Amino acid sequence: MEALAALEQQAQAAIEATTDLQSLDQVRVQFLGKKGVLTEQLKQLGSLPDDQRRTAGQAINVVKKQVQDAIEARKGELQARLLEAQLASERIDVTLPGRGQQGGGLHPVTRTLQRIEQLFASMGFVTVEGPEIEDDYHNFEALNIPAHHPARAMHDTFYVDAHRVLRTHTSPVQIRVMETQQPPFRVIAPGRVYRCDSDLTHTPMFHQVEGLLVDEQVSFADLKGLLDEFLKHFFEREDLGVRFRPSYFPFTEPSAEVDIECVICSGEGCRVCSHSGWLEVLGCGMVHPNVFEHVGVDNEQYTGLAFGMGVERLAMLKYGVDDLRLFFENDLRFLQQFR
Amino acid sequence: MKFSEAWLREWVAPKLDTQQLAEQLTMAGLEVDSVTPIAGGFSGVVVAEVLSVEPHPDADKLRVCKVSTGADQPLQIVCGAPNVSAGMRAPLAMLGGRIGDMKIKPAKLRGVESSGMLCSARELGLSDEHQGLMDLPPDAPIGADLRRYLGLDDTAIEVDLTPNRGDCLGILGMAREVGALTGTDVSEPVIAAVDATIETEFPVNVTAPEACPRYLGRVIRGVDQNVATPLWMQEKLRRSGMRSLGPVVDVTNYVLLELGQPMHAFDLAHLSGAIEVRYARPGEQLTLLDERTIELDTETLLICDQQKPLALAGVMGGIDSGISPATEDLFLEVAFFTPFCIAGRARRYGLTTDSSHRFERGVDPDLQRRAMERATSLLLDLVGGEAGPVTEVLAREHLPVKTPIALRRARIERLLGFVPADDQVEDILSRLGVALSANQDGWAATPPTYRFDLTIEADLIEEVGRVFGYNRLPISTTQGQLTMRPVPEAATPLERIKALLVDRDYQEVITYSFVESELAGAFSPGEQAVALANPISSEMSVMRTSLWPGLINTLRYNLARQQGRVRIFESGLKFIQQRTEIKQDRYLSGLVVGERYPEQWDAPRQAVDFFDLKGDVETLLSGSGLAAVFQAASHPALHPGQSAVIKVDDRTVGWLGCIHPELARKYEIPNKTCLFELELDILLKRRVPTFEKISRFPSIRRDLAYVVSAEIPTAELCNAISSQAGPLLQDLLVFDVYQGEGIETGLKSVAFGLILQETSRTLTDADVDSVTNGITSQLERQFSATLRE
Repeated sequence: MEALAALEQQAQAAIEATTDLQSLDQVRVQFLGKKGVLTEQLKQLGSLPDDQRRTAGQAINVVKKQVQDAIEARKGELQARLLEAQLASERIDVTLPGRGQQGGGLHPVTRTLQRIEQLFASMGFVTVEGPEIEDDYHNFEALNIPAHHPARAMHDTFYVDAHRVLRTHTSPVQIRVMETQQPPFRVIAPGRVYRCDSDLTHTPMFHQVEGLLVDEQVSFADLKGLLDEFLKHFFEREDLGVRFRPSYFPFTEPSAEVDIECVICSGEGCRVCSHSGWLEVLGCGMVHPNVFEHVGVDNEQYTGLAFGMGVERLAMLKYGVDDLRLFFENDLRFLQQFR
Repeated sequence: MKFSEAWLREWVAPKLDTQQLAEQLTMAGLEVDSVTPIAGGFSGVVVAEVLSVEPHPDADKLRVCKVSTGADQPLQIVCGAPNVSAGMRAPLAMLGGRIGDMKIKPAKLRGVESSGMLCSARELGLSDEHQGLMDLPPDAPIGADLRRYLGLDDTAIEVDLTPNRGDCLGILGMAREVGALTGTDVSEPVIAAVDATIETEFPVNVTAPEACPRYLGRVIRGVDQNVATPLWMQEKLRRSGMRSLGPVVDVTNYVLLELGQPMHAFDLAHLSGAIEVRYARPGEQLTLLDERTIELDTETLLICDQQKPLALAGVMGGIDSGISPATEDLFLEVAFFTPFCIAGRARRYGLTTDSSHRFERGVDPDLQRRAMERATSLLLDLVGGEAGPVTEVLAREHLPVKTPIALRRARIERLLGFVPADDQVEDILSRLGVALSANQDGWAATPPTYRFDLTIEADLIEEVGRVFGYNRLPISTTQGQLTMRPVPEAATPLERIKALLVDRDYQEVITYSFVESELAGAFSPGEQAVALANPISSEMSVMRTSLWPGLINTLRYNLARQQGRVRIFESGLKFIQQRTEIKQDRYLSGLVVGERYPEQWDAPRQAVDFFDLKGDVETLLSGSGLAAVFQAASHPALHPGQSAVIKVDDRTVGWLGCIHPELARKYEIPNKTCLFELELDILLKRRVPTFEKISRFPSIRRDLAYVVSAEIPTAELCNAISSQAGPLLQDLLVFDVYQGEGIETGLKSVAFGLILQETSRTLTDADVDSVTNGITSQLERQFSATLRE
């Protein structure tokens, strides 16, 4: 029996001394393997007298179990240590920058246009497009601006030839929609427009969004409501002051210009609003009966509202850009601010 | 329209201060652009008389003057103005006075004491002209405060009138409008007829009565132009933005500003026979007051005599028949020209004049006689002379007719969403001079002759809304039917295409649609560009025939600003002239240059090349479900060995490649600049999926490498493999292309990975071998390819 106790002690010491799984396995083979010391002990049980065999067998098995448990425990320890070492060796500096592309950005005009389109799409307006080289009829005549009309002088038109121009506004798209489809209409037409003018506050090309709503019950009150709502949503300012001023466009009657309370100074008066506290952002009105006549819409059955806005102007106000020309210089340091 | 507020207030005096008046005009659609004091800030300036002028002992350009302000002792003033002379009256800033921020104190100028400062008009902010001391009239009261004497506590109001409001292009019209808006009475000056004191008439024939329905002429004989225009008139002209040009022209300009009626004075001595109002004849010429000689076209209305054209009717007079200092006898013209006949004529000759500006918008056809009498009486007061009777040629049938317009109560409500009470509507319209007669539906409304813009019911409804106040009108939410709109699944929105590029590190740009002609030619030499008739500059003279020039310009701009890695795209129209048609098609183009990835601590630095861009293009195209084919092809702007045409169903839909080294050198951009261009419309298509069964059986991969001539495009090998392998081939990869050691020069090794699968059973080695053997012998036959063992 003493021998058995010594054996156990010997095994425990050997297990304790192991440093890796391999040496632990050697210890296991040494004591518990087919030719292991404890296995040999069990084999010798047969030579014992019957009355001793049972107690001796039990004693050996107890020791065997203890050694087994000790090996398992040690195995767990060694595995944990190994994992720890592996993890430690695999540590990286997670603060280093990641790999791959960074992601580019949309032009601020596109960003603004998409926002305008989304707002109107939520009210059921469909986006339509038209040609940029436009004929005289669609750009002027059908919009109630006959040849020699004084309003033509205000347009600074680029001419291609006697009958074709670079569209001076997106309003011709109204005509193209109305002459090919049947009312009711609910469309917006974004796009490039051109005026022969270039200085600090004018670029020869800029963007407009035209809107048109024609139905059996559309009034100036609806026009006011629609644009008031749009402007408040666009600038995300529920308390934004909006006012309507009488104006003149040949293709609408009544016509109005829409001012918003200056978003830079909140109406206090600043350089941007020329100290008036108001900023002109939109032109609008009720579709002129002559326009309906040109496109064959019944003037008694239908009324319509139309509006047009300059996209750069809205983008400038929204993002605080102070120079229109930046939009077309395409300086990446400018554009990347709108990512 | 710029006018003096004080002048307006002589006509109509609402109880509003300047700011309130400006606000009210703006909110009624007469947008006030500016309100400016007509004089600078100064005080302590009085009318003074120069008694004597002596040279300064120590300065050539200075004079020592004795100046009287009415006090006992004259003041000694040192003055540098060249026009100072004894006896003249001029403004004197007294000691203690102020001009702008400058306080007037006793001073010594080169040793001589000066007790004040004689002033020029510019120093007082009265004029931009700097011609020495302001020369006041000899009857200016000595010692009087200059501000009070000249009525300088006035503002100039500039209104940006819309083209429909020609009726407000005069004090008369402005006063009428202010009167209507504020409910204030307008007090027009009494304009009495001037009796003729001589018999002389000059005959007038109007042969174009539709263009000139009313023409008034009058002779005034024996005028004396050696008089100065009175200060009050000069000041009114100046405050309205006009210079004084001599007494006769000043009077015609005064009437223009006051009544809005343009008029013209001819030198009677230069007229022969009779006035003819007619259209120009082919080949006629006229030298205008601005000394330009113009060739007249036959749509141009002229004032002629029996020999020659005298003036462009309603636009500008001719130099030969105009007033000169020697003119003694005048022929005054006041006419009504039909707006349609004047519109655009001035611009055709590169002119805009105060006269044409008014006539093309419409001058009151009932105004001419009043204007004639007003001008005559002002002239007789000023330059004397004897007036003859007024000659009037009238074609009443061609005068604009104001017919009653049906104005329906219900229509007002329909259009405005609101209708004011009847008496309010009546009040508003009658204040505007509209004659009303009530009926069951509303009114029959006859606008006044001066409102050319009121012709239909909607015009009157606008007036009701405008004067009532747009901001007092109700606001409502649009009502409409809720209808579902179709959402075609086979379409991709442009936003998605842009987002895809943005996610791949592209920056969107927007460049001008017009480019330099030469640049357009360099990037699409075969195409005819659309040239602008009136370009803003040579750099923007033709419409782009490709989006590449804009991208190249953007690249150059940014390279010059230390941006080495540029990845940009743009979408938009390009314009191609095809005989008489202009094709305007939407394209998407991109450009990349610089490092493949943003510089990073662990990524190898590699320049982008063709295949980076091709990968992006393939991704763009993949969503469309279209089988796009890339073929080697040459494009004049691209490297001939690194460019591909992109085709769908054998039709060219785009290009891809690296820039041609010649162009790279010419435009100073990197050789590795890669470009693509795609028809936008094919990208906006989207594949609609249909379900296919997934095989339950395993797939097998076989890798095969073939050695073929380096000239053979890999795509052709792939096509041959695909068609030979048939439906078992699930996927085909090119995983290696090799040239170099072990491969004969002129040949290349291409390694393919074949993924084979059968839907009904597991493939055996024998199945696969049969496929690969078939491929090997096919490639041998077709391309002399050898299997690389």
